[in-house]
Amino acid sequence: MNSEVMFYLLAGMILVFSVLTVTSRKILRAAVYLLFVLISTAAIYFMLEYTFLAAVQLTVYAGGIVVLIIFSVLLTSHISEKAIMADRKQSLLSALAVGAGALLTLLTILKFTFVPSALPAQTSTVTDVGNALISYERDGFALPFEVISILLLAALIGAIIVARKEKDNAIIK
Amino acid sequence: MAFEKYDFTPLTQAIHKALIENVSPLLTTIIEWTIIGVLFLLFIAIFGLLLVYVERKVCAAFQQRLGPMRVGPWGLLQTIADFVKLLMKELITPKSVDKFLYNLAPFIVIIVPFLTISVIPFAPGLQALDFDIGIFFVTAVSSVGVIGVLLAGWASNNKYSLIGGMRSGAQIVSYELSVGMSLITMVILAGTMQISEIVELQRGGWFLFKGHIPAVLAFFVFVVAGTAETNRGPFDLAEAESELTAGFHTEYSGIKFAFFFLAEYINLFIVSAMATIVFLGGWMPFHFGDWAAFNNVMDFIPGLVWFFIKVFGIIFLIMWFKWTFPRLRIDQILTLEWKYLLPINLFNILLMATMVLLGWHW
Repeated sequence: MNSEVMFYLLAGMILVFSVLTVTSRKILRAAVYLLFVLISTAAIYFMLEYTFLAAVQLTVYAGGIVVLIIFSVLLTSHISEKAIMADRKQSLLSALAVGAGALLTLLTILKFTFVPSALPAQTSTVTDVGNALISYERDGFALPFEVISILLLAALIGAIIVARKEKDNAIIK
Repeated sequence: MAFEKYDFTPLTQAIHKALIENVSPLLTTIIEWTIIGVLFLLFIAIFGLLLVYVERKVCAAFQQRLGPMRVGPWGLLQTIADFVKLLMKELITPKSVDKFLYNLAPFIVIIVPFLTISVIPFAPGLQALDFDIGIFFVTAVSSVGVIGVLLAGWASNNKYSLIGGMRSGAQIVSYELSVGMSLITMVILAGTMQISEIVELQRGGWFLFKGHIPAVLAFFVFVVAGTAETNRGPFDLAEAESELTAGFHTEYSGIKFAFFFLAEYINLFIVSAMATIVFLGGWMPFHFGDWAAFNNVMDFIPGLVWFFIKVFGIIFLIMWFKWTFPRLRIDQILTLEWKYLLPINLFNILLMATMVLLGWHW
């Protein structure tokens, strides 16, 4: 019963702050509401005792992505700026699209019959996660892990190329 | 072993048993949460004040002064008097700030130490939360703190605050990497991230000695990066008084300013506590090889005392940095992190992994 109360509290927070994220006209406030959504999601993971995913959620999303968003806002916009309201036609169309998406999701979830599993709930430890990441056998993630690290390396090199000073180019010209 | 008698588990178990027998499980949970919350609140408030006093005394000693001497014996009540003054000050909200974010920022900053302190084992059996991701939890939660600093800098609508916030953001984001990586180095040696297990593994010797060369390197990097992450001198250019008039918290007054101030000192405690847990054996007493007599004497000092001796040792070291080295420039800070500490760390992780693989540690 305790966890149910907590779940509804967190779910309510996620809903409220998600709506606030998209309706706020001040961009930095929107980023902060997004932060609250992400932290509430992490809290749900903690509630499910999947602490590893919760910590990843906090590091990558709250501590990484939101910080990045806030940094770019800090560099580009002024405190007095407000986002322009979308005109009526635009908001009507977006409302339709969102409504259709929500309806579709709801219908799918409500129609699907969840079969309760006889197996006990599994809690995976960090050791399990670590072993799965470097295992190349069944249920191993060695290949995706390596592919993603190459992607990250490419992104890093790309960022350096974009951000470095244009000294060399001037010589070539 | 002798020092096992200082274990707090029987005490906490007794409290739990007394509660569960007399009241409903829900109420038990609520009462226990309240007790832990109040204890941490008191600890943070009192320890924060104590650290401010220690800092002023240490600073005075380095500058051949006496420091606070007038209020109470040896000036012991000085920081309490200062705190009362801060509490009574008017909360000024400048006209052109973003009110919501301006008021929110101090709370984000102060929540982080409250979360991280929950996983710190003060003594045997005295740890609120013991996740199997302990170390990772600390780094994950402390990565949120920078958001409070950035928001404070931006929402104040003041160019000094904005520059201070940006500097501090760039610095914390960079040094987080080094803190995390030096901890990872030690996790490789320990083979676990659970804090209670990490402490338990150091029963036969602290990791600083067990892991010799890479452990000492990691300790060095951790203390430097930890100092930078807590925005303390010589890395305190985010709040450089002389050029930025205190940086991101220029516009704050009264209790909101006190939040930033308190969070800085509690973060100092947490960095020192993490160094103590990961490198210096947490609450484990100091043992030397097979000197049985010496080891037995050491065992008579309780774990709680050991923990705070080590923590204060590292706090003193970090304060020593602050009052000895001149402040670095922003480009020097970023160069130190990206061109020196990061490569050292990467090399160190490789070294540690090789050592653990070949069993070249004690």
